[in-house]
Amino acid sequence: MQRIILFFVRFRNFLLFAFLFAISFALTVNSHSFHTSKMVSSANFLSGGIFGIKSSITDYFDLKTQNELLTQENTRLRTLLSNSDIITMKGMIDSVVLDSNFKFVPARVINNSYSKTKNNLTLNRGWSDSIKVDMGVLSSQGVVGMVNSVSKNYASVQSVLNTNSQIVAKFKKSNQFGYLKWDAKKANIVQLTEIPRIATIAVGDTIVTDGKSTIFPPDILIGTVKNFDRNDGADYYHIDIQLFTDMTSVKHVYLVSHRDAAEIKELENSVDDAEQ
Amino acid sequence: MQNNETLVNILRFVVLVLVQVLVLNHINFLGYINPYLYPLFILVFPLTGNKGLLIFLSFILGLTIDMFGDSGGVHAAASVFIAWIRPVVLKYSFGVSYQLNTLKISTAPFPKRIVYIISMVMFHHLVLFSMEIFNVSHILLILKSTLFSGIFSVILMICTVLLFSKKGT
Repeated sequence: MQRIILFFVRFRNFLLFAFLFAISFALTVNSHSFHTSKMVSSANFLSGGIFGIKSSITDYFDLKTQNELLTQENTRLRTLLSNSDIITMKGMIDSVVLDSNFKFVPARVINNSYSKTKNNLTLNRGWSDSIKVDMGVLSSQGVVGMVNSVSKNYASVQSVLNTNSQIVAKFKKSNQFGYLKWDAKKANIVQLTEIPRIATIAVGDTIVTDGKSTIFPPDILIGTVKNFDRNDGADYYHIDIQLFTDMTSVKHVYLVSHRDAAEIKELENSVDDAEQ
Repeated sequence: MQNNETLVNILRFVVLVLVQVLVLNHINFLGYINPYLYPLFILVFPLTGNKGLLIFLSFILGLTIDMFGDSGGVHAAASVFIAWIRPVVLKYSFGVSYQLNTLKISTAPFPKRIVYIISMVMFHHLVLFSMEIFNVSHILLILKSTLFSGIFSVILMICTVLLFSKKGT
């Protein structure tokens, strides 16, 4: 007995180290596994609060560019509005016409990273603004990522520049769809995988979201084809996509929620269970 | 005197965390190189201090950085690791004399100090980037990040140590 106690006393530092290292390792593995909500995230009152104070100061530095981006978006939306059929329905009550499947909530990015292999953003909205895990995040130019952790007033977002991300995307012209992933080599360049070699593609083709998932509405802009190659023998193209959103300077974003997301997910899960 | 030292260490902890998460995490030199200054807390922790306490504090320090950076437990792992190997590194960079209470890092010969800082930083960064990238096929990326970030961190730490070391003590 004495020997055992002596052993623990002698190696107490090593045991402490081994214990704490094991905890860190478990947290790391947890953060690397696809689609599990994180145990330690920046969506909490301490880090969220400090980032909030910081961004309320630094936001003034690029007001001009952010305003220009918002004006550009307004221009695009106004063009869309004045050329669309909605105009013919003038005089009707809005809520009747727009049976909106998607709800948008504006948010501000208070922390952003883009130089790591797993990048995240922190937003100043949480469950008190009815933000939930798995909501999509868009900027005025295109797709940004999806929510992976929520606290009362803050949300942490898995950026498209994260090797865990996988977003369904399609070609605007041909509806050929594949998965958007990131190889961690260059910010703002992502890869579109699983496009079969029989597809006809060209540099400059526009990539948009596919409405099949409940996370993003259909036809939200993502980016354009920067270059592509087809290795002999490979069944799929290797396609590089230049994102429309400049992930290094994104400040104002929208959170999107699908009205029936929970119902659709439940249905899909029950089908999966039945198949097993 | 003892109280004073505790206070200095607490202050150092808070300041290093804030500098790291508010300034240094956003430098992104050449797109992906960020220096890490916060391990300085572990480096200059009193040599006579409790080793178990240091390991525990390093864990808290790393976890705080992880919380701000959404990075799981990578910084905690790297910090705990260098806190644990610190006595070994101290021994080979300063000789056994560091155990005799006479040595102060701020007064030790400059080359020895550099060896100490470089080895601690490189160990830290190697663990950090291995855990962060977590993929054996990206070993080149791990080594590249370790080297470039390491150089940046070492320079920054040496500057900080020189800036804050009191003359004549």
